[in-house]
Amino acid sequence: MRHQVSLRIGPVGFRVGSAWRAPVAALAALYAGYPAPEDGIADFTVRLEPTRPWRRWTRPSIAIRGDFELPDAAPMALAHGLLAAEMGMNLQMALGQRFWLLLHAATVEKDGRALILTGESGAGKSTLAALLGERGWRLMGDEFALLDPASGRLHAFPRAISLKNGAIDVMAAEVDAARFGPLLEGTPKGAIRHLRPNAEAIRRMDEPARPALLLFPRFGQAAAARAVGQAETFMRLTQASTNYVALGRAGFDALTRLVATPAAAIDYPDTATALDLVEALWTGASEWRAAA
Amino acid sequence: MSALRLLVRALRDPESLGAPDWQALITAARAEQLLGSLAFRLESRRVPARVAQILAAARRDADHRRTRALWEAEMARRALAPLGIPVILLKGTAFHAANLEAARGRSVGDLDILVPRESIAAAEEALIGAGWERVKPADGYDDLYYRRWMHELPPLIHRERDRMIDVHHTILPPTARPTPDAAALVADSVALASGLRVLCPADMVIHAAAHLFADGDLAGGLRNLWDIDRLLRQFDSPGFRAVLAERAGRHQLRGAVAHALRLAARLYGSPVDPNLAGRWRPSDRLFEARLLARNGWGQARRPLLRFAFYVRSHWLRMPPLMLARHLWVKATR
Repeated sequence: MRHQVSLRIGPVGFRVGSAWRAPVAALAALYAGYPAPEDGIADFTVRLEPTRPWRRWTRPSIAIRGDFELPDAAPMALAHGLLAAEMGMNLQMALGQRFWLLLHAATVEKDGRALILTGESGAGKSTLAALLGERGWRLMGDEFALLDPASGRLHAFPRAISLKNGAIDVMAAEVDAARFGPLLEGTPKGAIRHLRPNAEAIRRMDEPARPALLLFPRFGQAAAARAVGQAETFMRLTQASTNYVALGRAGFDALTRLVATPAAAIDYPDTATALDLVEALWTGASEWRAAA
Repeated sequence: MSALRLLVRALRDPESLGAPDWQALITAARAEQLLGSLAFRLESRRVPARVAQILAAARRDADHRRTRALWEAEMARRALAPLGIPVILLKGTAFHAANLEAARGRSVGDLDILVPRESIAAAEEALIGAGWERVKPADGYDDLYYRRWMHELPPLIHRERDRMIDVHHTILPPTARPTPDAAALVADSVALASGLRVLCPADMVIHAAAHLFADGDLAGGLRNLWDIDRLLRQFDSPGFRAVLAERAGRHQLRGAVAHALRLAARLYGSPVDPNLAGRWRPSDRLFEARLLARNGWGQARRPLLRFAFYVRSHWLRMPPLMLARHLWVKATR
C-alpha cells in the first residue's frame, strides 16, 4: 500500500497500510518509541482504503479493512483517520486473536503482580488504569488483557489509551502534553484523544505478570465493595472475553485457573474514591496472600 | 512472485519455500481462507518463531471450527432424524465428518446439506421446529427467488447458536443449463457411522467443480480448488478416474469438471485423467489470473476481470431475460 507503518504492542505485531499519508503519520507519531514486529512479521494487517476508488480524493471516506473485517462497519472521515487505524487494530484483536485468551480489561502491575479491571464500557476502567499508570503502577493496557493459556500469566498490551470527553481533561492535568495525539471531535463516541503510555510502560511491555486481584468497577454509585465468588467471576469473565469460546479447552482451563484470583466488585462516585478503594483492596489482597 | 502464486506453491510443496515473504504469504492465505490448511501443511517445517506462533494459533482455530461444524451437523441430524430421510453433508462439513485429507485445516462457515427434493418442505419444517429461523422475509423477492429458481432453500439461521444452514435438493440452480442427476447424488451417497451421509468421492469432486466453474464467480476459488486437489490425491486410481468421467457425464458437468482438473493440475500439480481434463486452453489463463487476483496486503486485484467473472456467474445461472429482470429488481430496491 502507498503508506504504511508496522509496530509491536506487547507480543502482537501490526501492519497498518493506508491510501492516505495522514492516518499513518498520526499513528507513527502517537506510537513513537514502540518496537517493530518481531522478525519483521506482523500478526495482523489493517488497511485503510477509500470506500470507493474516487473517495480517495473527493470527500475522502475511510473503509476499515484488513485480515478481519466487519461487513457493515460505518466509514470514517479522513479527519478521524487515527481513530480508524486504532479501531482497525482493535478489530483484528477482537475478531482474530486465537493465541492469547483476550479479556476486555485494563491491567496495571506492581511488583510482578497484576491488577485487572474489567467491566462494561463506561465503567471507567480506562481512566482508572491511566491514572494508576501515572501513580506508581505500571500500565499494562487499558483495553485488552492477554492471558497466556499455557502459563496463566498476563502479558501487557499497552496500546494508546483512548480517552473520551471528560477523561481528556482529567489526564491533561496529569501528564506531559507531548504524549497526546490530536483531539478528534465529533466522533460517534464524542470527543476522543489518544494518550501514549509513559516510557516505563513501553520499555517494560515484554514483562508479563501474575494475576493478583480482579476488580469489577462501576461508576456513579456510592462507594462500596463486595467480594465476588469464583462462579460469578467465571461468568463475568466469559462475557469479558472475545475469544473464550474459540480457544476451546485451552480457554476453559485458562479461565478456571484465573478465577482463583481474589475478586471484588466496586462502586464509586468519583475517581479519587475509586483510587482509594483500589489501593485499599490491593493492600488487603497482599495481606490475604501473605497470610495464606 | 505474486502473493497467491507464493501461497499456491507453499500449499503444493512446502519444502520448496526457502525464505519467502512470510508477511505476504500469511496475509494472502488468510484472505483466501486457507491459513488453516497452510498451517497444517507447514506443521513439520522449520519456520521463524513468529510464523510458528501464528500458524499454531491458526491450527487451534481450525480445530475449534471443526468441532463447531461437526456439532452443527449433529444438531441437524437430530432435527431431521424423525423424518427418516437421507441427509447428505456437503462441502467442508462433509470432509470433516468423513475424516478426509481435504479436512486438514479446512475452515467451515455455513452447514450445507442435501436432501431429496420431495422431502425439502418437510426438512424445512423440521428445522424450524428445532429452532432455525428464516433470514429473509417469507414473502419478499429473495424468498420467492430462492424457492422458485434456486437449488436450495432460503438460508435458515439457528436462533441460539447463530449458525446458518443451507438445505439443497441438488447442486446447481434449476435455471442453469446443466441438470445434475440429483437422484443419483442421493442414491450413491455413502453412510457414515452417525447415520449422516456424504456424497461418493467422485460426486464430491463434481460438486466442487460445479460450484467453481458452473455457478460461482470464482470468489474463494483457490480454496475450492485446493479441496479438489486433496480429493483427487486421496482417491486417485484407474477405477476412480473411470467413475469420475462417467459421473461427470451423467451430471452434465463434464465441461466444469474438465476445467477444474486442468486448473488443479496447473496450480497444485494434482493427478488428473488427461482424457477427462483435456488440453490447456488459452482461455484457461483468464481463470488462472482470476484465481490469483490478490496481493500480499490481502487486497483484491484486477477489478475488471473480477467483474467479468461476476457477470459470467449470473449468465451461467439463468437465461438472459430472467437475468435482466433479476438485476433490475436488485438494482431498483
